Amino acid sequence: MGTLELDITVPLRSFRLELAVAVGRETLALVGPSGAGKTTVLRAVAGLVTPECGRVEVTGRALFDSARGVDLPPEERRVGFVFQEYALFPHMTVEQNVAFGGRTRVAELLRRFRIAHLAQARPGQLSGGERQRVGLARALAREPDVLLLDEPLSALDTHTRAGVRAELQGLLRELDLPTVLVTHDFTDAAALADRVGVLVEGRLLQLGTPEELIAAPVTPFVASFTGANVLAGFAKPGANGLTEVGLESGHVVLSSDTAHGPVGVVVYPWDVSISRTVVADSALNHVAGPIRSLVPIGNRVRVQVGPLVAEITSASARRLDLTLGDDAIASFKASGTRLLSRDT
Amino acid sequence: MPAIRAGRTRSRARGRLFEAALFLAAALALAFLVLPVAAIFLRIPPGDLVSQLGNQAAREALVVSLKTNLLAEAIILLVGTPAAYLIATKRFPLRSLAITLVELPLVLPPAVAGIGLLAAFGRFGLLGGELEAIGLSIGFTQAAVVLAVLLVASPFYLRQAIATFEALDESLLDAARTLGASPARTFFRVALPLAAGGLGAGAALAFARGIGEFGATIMFAGSLQGVTQTLPLAIYEQFDVSFDVSLALGALLVVLSAAVLLAFKLVPGWARSSSTSPFLSARSVSS
Repeated sequence: MGTLELDITVPLRSFRLELAVAVGRETLALVGPSGAGKTTVLRAVAGLVTPECGRVEVTGRALFDSARGVDLPPEERRVGFVFQEYALFPHMTVEQNVAFGGRTRVAELLRRFRIAHLAQARPGQLSGGERQRVGLARALAREPDVLLLDEPLSALDTHTRAGVRAELQGLLRELDLPTVLVTHDFTDAAALADRVGVLVEGRLLQLGTPEELIAAPVTPFVASFTGANVLAGFAKPGANGLTEVGLESGHVVLSSDTAHGPVGVVVYPWDVSISRTVVADSALNHVAGPIRSLVPIGNRVRVQVGPLVAEITSASARRLDLTLGDDAIASFKASGTRLLSRDT
Repeated sequence: MPAIRAGRTRSRARGRLFEAALFLAAALALAFLVLPVAAIFLRIPPGDLVSQLGNQAAREALVVSLKTNLLAEAIILLVGTPAAYLIATKRFPLRSLAITLVELPLVLPPAVAGIGLLAAFGRFGLLGGELEAIGLSIGFTQAAVVLAVLLVASPFYLRQAIATFEALDESLLDAARTLGASPARTFFRVALPLAAGGLGAGAALAFARGIGEFGATIMFAGSLQGVTQTLPLAIYEQFDVSFDVSLALGALLVVLSAAVLLAFKLVPGWARSSSTSPFLSARSVSS
C-alpha cells in the first residue's frame, strides 16, 4: 500500500532524463544542479509533462503507461503538488484556495496549518511562510495518494527557513505518504528526506540515505554537493599501506583508501581541526597555509586554510585568535580521507 | 567679470529660446488635434445639437449602430475569447502564422475589407452561390453590417486577448489541473477571472473601432437608412442634406468614443493591462 513507482524517459533540451525509482511511504529528495531534470520528474508524475516512454504507478494504479497507452490527465491523478512559488490563486481568498480541490476537509486543514485566522485574506497579503502553509493545505485538501514538493523552502528568507523546515519535517512524518521533494540544498534534503537521490544531467548518480551519501559518496560531485572539500590530486602507493596523493596545491596527503591516478580527495569540514603549530597526534595530514576566509555560521566558524575549508566552534576560533592572513595548519586523519576516482 | 556674466546670460537666453520653441510646437500640435473635435460642439449652440438628434434619420442611424455593434461585440467575445485562449496557451504547428492572420485585418484598408467581404459573401462571391441556395443573401442587409464590424474590430480584441492570456502565470493553470480541475473548469475559474482586466480593455478597443467603421460597411452593406445606415454613414449622407444634423451625429459619436476612452482610463484593470497611450500608462505601470 502506498507506493509510487516510476520508470520514465523524458527527452530534455540537451540530454535525456532517465529515472527508475520506487518510493514507499517515505520522502525521497531529488537533489542536483539546476537543469538536471528534477522538476521534470515531478511534472511527469503529476501529468503536466508526458514522458517519451515508461510508467508511473501509484499502488498498482497506472497513471501513465506508454506500453498500454495509459496517460491520465492531471485532474484524474490524485497527486498533491506544491509549486515552487506556491502558485496560490491571487483572485481567491485563502479559504477559497484551499477549497478549490475539495470542500470537505477545509476547516480541518485551516486549523491544522494554523491559517484559520487568514481564511478571508488574499495571497498577496500573506508572508512567505504563510503562503507555504496555504499551498500545502490546498494540495492536501483532495487527500492525494502522492505528495510532490518543488523547492518547498527556496522561496523563503533564511530567517523563516529553519523554522519552516522543522515544521515540514514533522508534517511529512505525520502524513506517511509517498513524497518526492526537489531541492538544490543538501541540508534541506538531509533534514526532510529518508532517502536522497542525486540527479545530474538526467541520470541518478547515487540513491541512499543522507548518511550514506556523506559516508560514501560515489563521485566527487556527490561529495562536494554534500558539503565536503574535494581537492584534485594524483594518487600513488605510499609507505605503510597508505596511498600518497600529491595535491594540485603542492601539498601531499595520505589516505587509507586505495587509488591510483587522478583522484578527488574528500575531507569533510567538520573532520578538519585547526592549529597554529603542528600538533603531534595521530592525524597524519597537515596542510599549512594562510587563513583565506573566516565565515561565522551560528555557533561555528568556517575557516579556509590554503585550499581546505574547516568547520570549528566559534569558541575555539576565538581561543586561537584566528585572523585573516595569519598562517595556520589544517589537520585531518588519513583514515578520514576518502579518495574518489576523478574521471567519473 | 562682466564678460563672463554676459556670456552666462546669453547662453541662458538661448536655452529659454529653445524651450519656447518646444512649447510653440506642442501648442500648435495640440491645437490642431483639438480644433476639429471642439468645432463640432462649438459650431452651433448645444440646444440645437440636441434637437437635431430628434431627426428621424439620426434616430434610425443610432438604432442601427447600436444593434449591429452590440451583436458584433457579443459574437467577438463569445467566439474570440476561447479562440484567443487556445492560441495563447497551446503550442501547435503554424502558431505564429495563426497569430499573424488574426492581426491582418488591422492593417487592411477598410475599403479593401469591404471588397473582400463582397468577394467572399456577396451574390457573386465565393460563397454567394451556396448562400443563395439556402435563401440567404447577405449583401446590403443588416447582417452585412455585423460582418463588416466583425472583420475590422475583432483583431483588436483578439490581439489583446491573446496577449493577456499569454501573460497569465502558467503555474496557476498547472496548479488548478493538479487540484482536480478539468481544462474547462480551469478556464472559467482561474484563467478568465485573472484575464478579465485585459479582456475588458480589448473589448473596449474593439467596440470603439467597430462603432466608427465606414469603408467596409458602405461597400458591403450600403447606406440604407434604417437598415444598414450606421452613425458614420449617416454623417456622410446628411452632410449634403443638413450640415447641422451631420454635426449632431458627429457630436454623438465623439461622446460615445470619449466615453469608451474614459472608461478605458478609469477602470484600473483596463488601464494597467494596456493603453492607447503608452506614455500615459507609465503612471499605472509603477503601481
